[in-house]
Formats: sequence, structure tokens, C-alpha cells
Amino acid sequence: MNLHLVAIPLLPLAGAAINGLLGKRFPRTLVATVALAFTAASFLWAVWAAIQFADGGAAGPYIEHFATWMQIGNFQAEYGFYLDHLSMVMMLIVTGVGFLIHVYSVGYMWEEGGFYRFFCYLNLFMFFMLTLVLASNYLQLFVGWEGVGLASYLLIGFFFWRDSAAAAGKKAFIVNRIGDFTFLIGLFLLIKHFGTLDFASVFSKIGVLPTGEATGLLTAIALMLLGGACGKSAQLPLYVWLPDAMEGPTPVSALIHAATMVTAGVYMIARSHAIFDRAPMALLVVAIIGCATALFAATIGLVQHDIKRVLAYSTVSQLGYMVLACGVAAYSAALFHLMTHAFFKALLFLGAGSVIHALGGEQDMRRMGGLRKKIPWTFWSMTFATLAIAGAPPFAGFFSKDEILWRAFSSAHGSWVFWLIGLITAGLTSFYMFRLWFLTFFGDFRGAQHEEPEASGRERHASDAASAAPPGHGAHGASAAGGHGHGHDGVHESPPIMLVPLVILAILSLVGGWVGIPAVLGGGNHFEKFLAPVFEAYATAGETAPASPAEPSGPSEMSLSLAATGAALVGFLLAWWMYHRRPELHVRARQRLGELYRVLDHKYWIDEIYGAVFVRPLIGLSRAVLWRGVDAGVIDGTVNGSATAARELSDSVRHMQSGNIRSYAGWVAAGAACVLVYMIWLGMR
Amino acid sequence: MPGFHRGDYLLALPMMLLTLFALGVLLIDLLLDRSSKVINAWAAFAGLAFSAAAVHNIQRAFADQAARGEPSSPFFAFSGTLMVDRFAVFFFYLFLAAAAITILMSVRYLEVEDEHHGEYYALILFSVVGMMCMAAGNDLILLFIGLELMAVSTYILVGFLRRDRRSNEAALKYLLLGAFSSGIFAYGLSLLYGLAGSTNLQQISMALGNAMAPGKARVVPAVALVTTAAGLFFKIAAVPFHQWAPDAYEGAPTSITGFMSVAGKASAWALLLRIFLFALGPMRPLYVPILVFVAIATMTGGNLAALTQSNVKRLFAYSSIAHVGYIMLGLIAGTAFLPNPDGIRGILVYLLVYTFMNLGVFGVIASLRRRDIIGDELDDLNGLFFKAPTEAVLMLTFLLSLAGIPPLAGFYGKYFIFLALIESGHYALATLAVIYVAVSAYYYLRVANAMFMRTAGDRVPVTISPGMWAGLAITGAATVVIGIYPEPFLRMVNWSMHVAQNPTVAQLLR
Repeated sequence: MNLHLVAIPLLPLAGAAINGLLGKRFPRTLVATVALAFTAASFLWAVWAAIQFADGGAAGPYIEHFATWMQIGNFQAEYGFYLDHLSMVMMLIVTGVGFLIHVYSVGYMWEEGGFYRFFCYLNLFMFFMLTLVLASNYLQLFVGWEGVGLASYLLIGFFFWRDSAAAAGKKAFIVNRIGDFTFLIGLFLLIKHFGTLDFASVFSKIGVLPTGEATGLLTAIALMLLGGACGKSAQLPLYVWLPDAMEGPTPVSALIHAATMVTAGVYMIARSHAIFDRAPMALLVVAIIGCATALFAATIGLVQHDIKRVLAYSTVSQLGYMVLACGVAAYSAALFHLMTHAFFKALLFLGAGSVIHALGGEQDMRRMGGLRKKIPWTFWSMTFATLAIAGAPPFAGFFSKDEILWRAFSSAHGSWVFWLIGLITAGLTSFYMFRLWFLTFFGDFRGAQHEEPEASGRERHASDAASAAPPGHGAHGASAAGGHGHGHDGVHESPPIMLVPLVILAILSLVGGWVGIPAVLGGGNHFEKFLAPVFEAYATAGETAPASPAEPSGPSEMSLSLAATGAALVGFLLAWWMYHRRPELHVRARQRLGELYRVLDHKYWIDEIYGAVFVRPLIGLSRAVLWRGVDAGVIDGTVNGSATAARELSDSVRHMQSGNIRSYAGWVAAGAACVLVYMIWLGMR
Repeated sequence: MPGFHRGDYLLALPMMLLTLFALGVLLIDLLLDRSSKVINAWAAFAGLAFSAAAVHNIQRAFADQAARGEPSSPFFAFSGTLMVDRFAVFFFYLFLAAAAITILMSVRYLEVEDEHHGEYYALILFSVVGMMCMAAGNDLILLFIGLELMAVSTYILVGFLRRDRRSNEAALKYLLLGAFSSGIFAYGLSLLYGLAGSTNLQQISMALGNAMAPGKARVVPAVALVTTAAGLFFKIAAVPFHQWAPDAYEGAPTSITGFMSVAGKASAWALLLRIFLFALGPMRPLYVPILVFVAIATMTGGNLAALTQSNVKRLFAYSSIAHVGYIMLGLIAGTAFLPNPDGIRGILVYLLVYTFMNLGVFGVIASLRRRDIIGDELDDLNGLFFKAPTEAVLMLTFLLSLAGIPPLAGFYGKYFIFLALIESGHYALATLAVIYVAVSAYYYLRVANAMFMRTAGDRVPVTISPGMWAGLAITGAATVVIGIYPEPFLRMVNWSMHVAQNPTVAQLLR
């Protein structure tokens, strides 16, 4: 059996290359055709490979050696591809959802400048993401890991004439670098102690360790890997880049910052389960981080006004659920939620994009309302997605969230605390999602009446951008300046090419969970059984509990399920009461809550704290380091007006000619003297 | 000499050829009129090619040695002052490649600057001769002469733009500080001579081994170590001996900045490794703490200072200081209490990949030079992607490579060095370095943001000469190819580490 898995990532790369090199001269139709054709081919290949693999009936992974990458001493790294049930699920999600979002993007980006650039980046992203999920070793995974970061950086900054977009791209990249390098240290530890980064050999070497052996080392490795996951999957404390990443075009938010890239961290933890399983301490940390992130992000999501920011915090929160599931060693539950989340969150973003598209670039929910009649298709698909994420049965999110909550409660690594926080988060999720739903689709349209819509109404998207936007960039980037009709009368449904993906995702948001209906609800939990060969491999004897742990006492799965549904219902009713039935209530509530509201509205001031604790000191230090040098006059930021600048510059030049040489020599001498003093202090015998 | 019968001059042939061609360029230059100065470049290029052939000849001698099943032993010439081993051959190739790419990138730049003279190429060749002496010297005198030959040539090249005040100032500063540090360095060497009674590195190593025996006074060796190290740290531009670098890099012609930042730096490292490993090997316990201190200071100073630069050449000057810090970590891991050969290997890999990516960066900057624009301010890069997409994408590749993103060449330098740090148990240092690498992404991305996410200030197309295209193509291809298929390059580095020497060195370069 040769599946030629190498073609799956290479096809989108070919698409990226063609559009990147020639796209500038192509008509838009051709650019779109190239991008879609290569992504579709990749998807079909993935489906074919999955069928072949499943038919083969092999329990173990299918490993394809493509080439030797490097060989140094005993250490060897391959270019290889690793297909098991886990990477199969990921591969199908990435290519399938990715393809749908490509289709949608054709409609969404049609009037934008840089059409070819967009699809080039998007295909490039697909290449790196598939490299990541199909990698046969950690090093190759790391290549994909960095590559998706690069694609994400380029795409977040796609509307680069908005300063905020360029800054957000940079922020995403740099925050991720921090996680990346703890990840890299984890890999070095693996090399040092196991001599390889190959999945199969690392895990089998760990698998044969007796239980309890090398726990300290494995905990260290697991925590380092977790650092990487925290960066990529936007967990505390590295989540700050994801909300800002919403500066990218909406299809990008859907594909990269909701459905695929941000789940890479969860995938990596699940992939490394052999390590985590043997490091209970690390698992606990994973669970705590996931749990805390879920709750923390959900509370921020309660008060956001920007429709995409609500979804962004919701993504952070849902990723927290997945990480929590990993932390209680319920990897298949994590993957299940990853899959359903990919469906409904991609749908939510695409739906939001459709709303934004309809309103000509408006993202503030305070200026929406009453849209359900105007854009019925969008409304209905968004409704499906909202029900799914809120956890209403029988939508997909219900089953996957339920599974996570049940595992958080019942797993050997779980605790009722995790369950309770998860339950509260479920309630909050339901509340802020229905808040979004009511604000957007119900009530009266508020776009026209809200304080001077011309100036403040579209400040982020239009007024500053329109002037700076290069010619040829239309609709969303420079919004009001683009070709759409505006105001209430211009609200229009999106074209079919955008609606078809919405409908397909809506169906998946409904039925996607049915593959994992737990036994207690009369299902077969096929999804978990499907992934079982992956997660049962390399398990220590008695370490991972069997699929259905016997719980003689305590609440049953059914009652927990009811509690979760209840929480979702409470959230819905509260949102209905506050934002539909008595819309004036939420204004009162905001006033009543005063301080608490301010804390949430400012997102706990985390960005400000990071700015004060990390960024400002670094910049300050940078200036301090340079203080004595000639830079003081020329570094950016200190220059106030060109006259001062010129004077400072000439001053520093004068100094440079007379005194500074001596001072430099003095520095050299001082350096030598310091070293000498140190040596003497060391006690020369 | 045992096992080698072709005579001493064959070993010195790469240097002799370069000298010959350099002198030839000086003579030809007199016959050329202003429009045909490009012939100088071709002549210099030919000199490099012939020299490379001579190096290849030496490399074949090593292959013969291996074919006979003998352990790789170095070839000595001129009463043992010149020692050509595989280590030296590696650096020979590196210097020649850097010089060749620099020449490719220089022609149009010099024309724009209106300073197209034959001396320029002759001086590059002379400095390469000096570098080769630094890499292959087995004797303090030869090493010092090589260092000065390289340095004096570079002083002139830095000030080559006679009419540019920045260039003149930079050259003067560099000269004064260079002389100062050479003085300190020479003082250290004289102490070493005093200790060993010989200028031969092996003799010094043995004498120091005795001097470091327990119970002996170590003051004189320590002073010799400190002064020698200070001189070397100056040459590699390690903090706090780095002050000259930003000024010299900014003021020098951009092509020379590139040359200094790679070939100059690699030669200083070759010298440093020769002295620290081959002569001062027995003093490892003493110098590793100094290295740790200087490495931390260098990473801190370089990375922090680079954050707020607005001049691209200055930014990359500080960036290259930061890279010296990382390379130093390799030396720490390679000479620590439990030395790990990956450290030294990492240094060689790092210098190799750094040569290409950094030359590429300065090539792109040099190509932005027009009659009216110097092209070295960050704002001059604005919207480059929309004016010259290929160049911008190349620059992005170099930047990502410098930031250590796989699968680009720059990743492997960091990879081996950090790996060696972990393997030799320097967890705290590795963590610190990793944090600084994350910080460095900030200033590399500032450059990327300018190219990709700003609109161009003007619409004047960027014109690129064929030579520059060739230079950029070579550096770009090397950065990508080494990244994707590092195997042969790593094999080359491994090959050059097979230096059978005294036991100390053999232990460090397994």
C-alpha cells in the first residue's frame, strides 16, 4: 500500500507557487480556479488515502518515508508522513473545512485588491498545516508549526494599510515565538534522552519504560511541549495574540484562527499522549490551564461589542475545553470537540463575515439588529452554529462538550472542580452566543440611528483606512469606500458562492456530533472507538482507564448531561431576557455592575499588564543600552520634530568626532578590567 | 614534512595566488579607463577561483590520506608556522565564497557611489589572505600578522567612500579602536610567549598544561588569558567590546558591511577557536566563566539595542552582535566541564549559514542604493514587496532564516548550539538564549512589516544588476537549500571537524 501522502501537502504548495509567481497577471477567475482546484485535489487525495487506510484495517500507523532530511552521528531525521486515525481526522478537517473556506473566500474577497496574494498565502497555509498534521517526527511537525505561523502573520496583516493589522500580525508571530522555543527545548530534551524525534521510536521507547520511571524528565518535556501548545492554541498566558488576529480577513479568522491552526496545540498534545500519560503532574497543569482559559476567555466574551472579537474569545474559551480534555487524558474527547468546533466555529466566523459583508464592513454589534429577515440564509446557518456551540441537543457541540464535561468529572485525572468550571463556562458560552444572536438578528436595525454613523460608525474600517488604502483595495479592507451599498437599505444577502459553504457547515454542525453519541444516550460512541487504537497504544498497564470506567457512586453521565443542558438553557434565557425581551435591562446591568464590567470590558487589562511588564521595559532597556552611544539622536520615537532631530544628530556627530572614540576605548579597557577583577576575585592560587 | 612531498609552497598557494592577483588588479587598474573598471572585478574573481582550486588541491591531499586509511593529520609548512588542517580548509572555502559573493554584489554599488577603483578588489583579496593566515596559523606571529593584514585592509575598505563623512568617520574610529585592541592582544600574546618560551601553539598548550597543574601560581597565565581574550572579543564584536561595530557597519560601503559581517567575523572566530582550543585548551576551566558572562552580555546588548534602530545597517550590526552571542554559547557548550562536540559543530554550521543569509541581507540593502537615496533607512524598505516582489521575498527568507525559523538554513545554527547547551547541561543559558531569539523576531519583523505592510513612498522601480542578481540568487538558494537538504553541508562540517591534534583538542572535536 503506497498512499503517496506527500501529494496532500504538496498540492496546495503548487497552488501557492502558481498564484504567487503568475497570479498578478491572472484574471480573478483563474486565480480562484487554481486555488480551489489544488485544494480540492488535496482534499480528494486525503479522502482516498483515508479510505485506503481504513480499508487496510491496520491497527498501527501507516508511515511513509519520503527522504532522509539529515543525519548527524546517531541522530537522524526524516521527511516522512505518518497516518493514523488521529492524523487522519486532522487531515480531513484541514482539507475539508479548508476547501469550504476557500470557496467562501472567492466570494468574500472578490472585490479586494491583492486577490492573488490572498490565495497564495491561503494555499501556503494549507501546505504548512498539512505538513504539521502529517509529519512523522517532531522536527517536521515543528517546520509546519513555524510555517503556519508565517502564513498566519502574512494573512493577519493582509489589510496592511490598517496599522492595527500590521501590528497584530507581528504580535501573533512574536508571542508564538515564545511558545515555539519552549517547544524546541522540549525537543532537545527528547533528543538528549531518547536520541530521536521520530514519533514511532520516541513513543515506543517511552512505552517500554516501566511505570513511574523517568517521570521527572517526562514531566519536564511535557511542560515544555505544553508551552508550545499554549502559544499556538492561544492558552493562558500566551492567548493575547488571538483576539488581535481578528484584524485579518474573516475567512482567515475562520480557517486559521478558529478551525485549524489554533488547534495544532491540541493535536500536538494528543499526538504526544505517550509522554503526557506518564507525567501526571504535567497533565494536571494542562487541565488547569485549559480550565482557567475556558472560564477566563468566556467572561471577557460576555461584554465585547465587536462581533469577531466575541467569536475570538469564544475560540480561546473552546480551545480551553479541548486542552482541559487533554489534561484529563480524554484525548478522543478533545479531538471530538476539535472536530465539531471546526465545523461550528468556522460557520460562525463565515456567518459573521456574511453579516459584515452585508453591512459593508460593519463589525460592531451595537450597530446591527433585525437582520434575520434581510439575510435569512445567513441567519439560519448562524442559528445552527449558535445552537451547536451553546450545547443544545442534538447539535454537534452538545455531544462533544458533554463528553469533555463527563470526562473532566469521571476520569482518573479529573475532578469535580474541572467539571464545575466547565459547566459555568458552558452557561457563559450560551449566554454570550445568544447575546450575539439577539443583537445581530433581532430587534430593530440600529445602524442608522447610533451616534453619527459616518464618523464613528466605521472608524476602524473606513475613515482612516480609506484614505491610506492603496488603489484597488475595496470592500472590507477599506469598507465604506468599497463598492457595496451602505446603511440599512443596502443590506443584502451574500452571493451563493458564500452561502453554499455556510449551508454545508450548518448541516455538519447539526450531524457532526452524531458519530460520538455516548452509550448512555443510546449511541455507539463510534468516534472514541475509532481513535482508540491511537490512544491505547503505548499506554502503561493500568495507567489509562478503559473506555467506560465503572462509577458505582456519584452522579451518572445522564444527570451531568442534563446539568450541562440546563446551564445552556439558563444562558439562553438570560440572553433572551436581557437582550430581547427587556433590551434596556443590559444597560442597567452594566451600570449596576460598574467595576466588574469595566474589568471585563478592558479584558482584565492583560494587554496593558504585558505592555508594562514586558514590552515597555524591553524598549526602555533598549534605549538605556544605547544611551551612551550615538544612537540617542537617531532612534525612532525620541525624535520630536525634524529640527530637534537635526540638532541632536549634529550634536552626536560632534561628540563622535571628539570624545567618543576615547570613551569607546575606555569601554574596551573597562571590559578587560572587569574580566581581570573577576579573575582575581576567583582566587588565583 | 611527513607524508607530504609537494613542498611548503603548495600549502601556501591559495594565499600566494590571491596576493598575486591582488597585485595584478592594482597594476591593471592603471591601464583601465573609467568605463571598464568591471574588468578589475573579473580579475579578482578569477583570483578567487584559482585560489579555490588550490584549496581543492589541498583537500584532495586529505582525501588521499583518508584513502590510505591514515588518521587525518594536518600538513605543516614553513617550520611549522603554517598548519593546514581540515578545519582551515573549511574556513578557506568560507572566506573565498564570501569574497566572491561580495564582489558580485559590489560592482553596481561602487558605480552608483562613483568610487569604482581597483584597490577595492585588491584590498578584498588581501584581506582574504589575512583571514587565511588567521585560520591556518600555528604560530602566534603568523596569526597576528594575518589578523593585522585582514584588519588594515578592512580599515581602508570601511573608509572607501572618500567623499562620505560617515564612511571616513567609521574608518577612523575602527582604526583607532582596532589599534588599541590589537595592542592589548599583542600584549597577551607576548605573555603567552613568555610563559611557553615559544610562539608555537602546541608548545604553548603544553606549557599552559604544566602551568595549570594544581598548586602553581596562575596569575601570569590568567593575565595572558584575559588580555588575549579581550583582543579577540573585540575582533568578534562581543559586548562590551562591540562599540566599533555599529558605527563601522553603518558607515562602511554596504557591500563591505556585508563582507565584514560574515568573512571578517568568520575569520575572527577561526582565530578565536585556534587560540582558545589549540593554545589555551588547558585553561578551559578559567575561560568558560568569562565566556558565559560575555555571551550573556552580548546577547542582551545586541538584541536589546537592535529593537529600536531605525537604520537598517545599524539594526543588522546589532543583530550580528546578537548572533555572536549565540555562537559564543556554542563555544561554552563545546568547552564546558562536560564538553559536547555539537557546540563546536554548531559554531561551524552557524558561521556557514550566517555567511549566506547575512550577505543576502546586505545585498538587498545595497541594491536599494540609488543616486538620490542611500537606502539604508528602515523607511526606504517600505512597500518593497509591491515594487520588487522577488527581492522582498528573498529578504523575507533571509530575515526568517536569521530569526531561526525552520526549514531555513539559520535554524540549524541555533539548533546545534542550543542542542549542545542542553546536552552539556546549560539549561539556564539555553532558556535565556531562547527568550532572546523570541525577542529578536521583533526587529526582524519590523523589517518584514516595512516591506510587506507599508505602502511605498515612491514608485521608482528598483534596478538590479546581473551581478547582484547572481549574488542574491546564490545566497537565497543557499539559505533555502541548506534548510531543506542540510545533509551535504553537515557532512562537510563533520569532515572539517576531523582534526587529529593534541589530546585536548581531540577531546573537544570528536
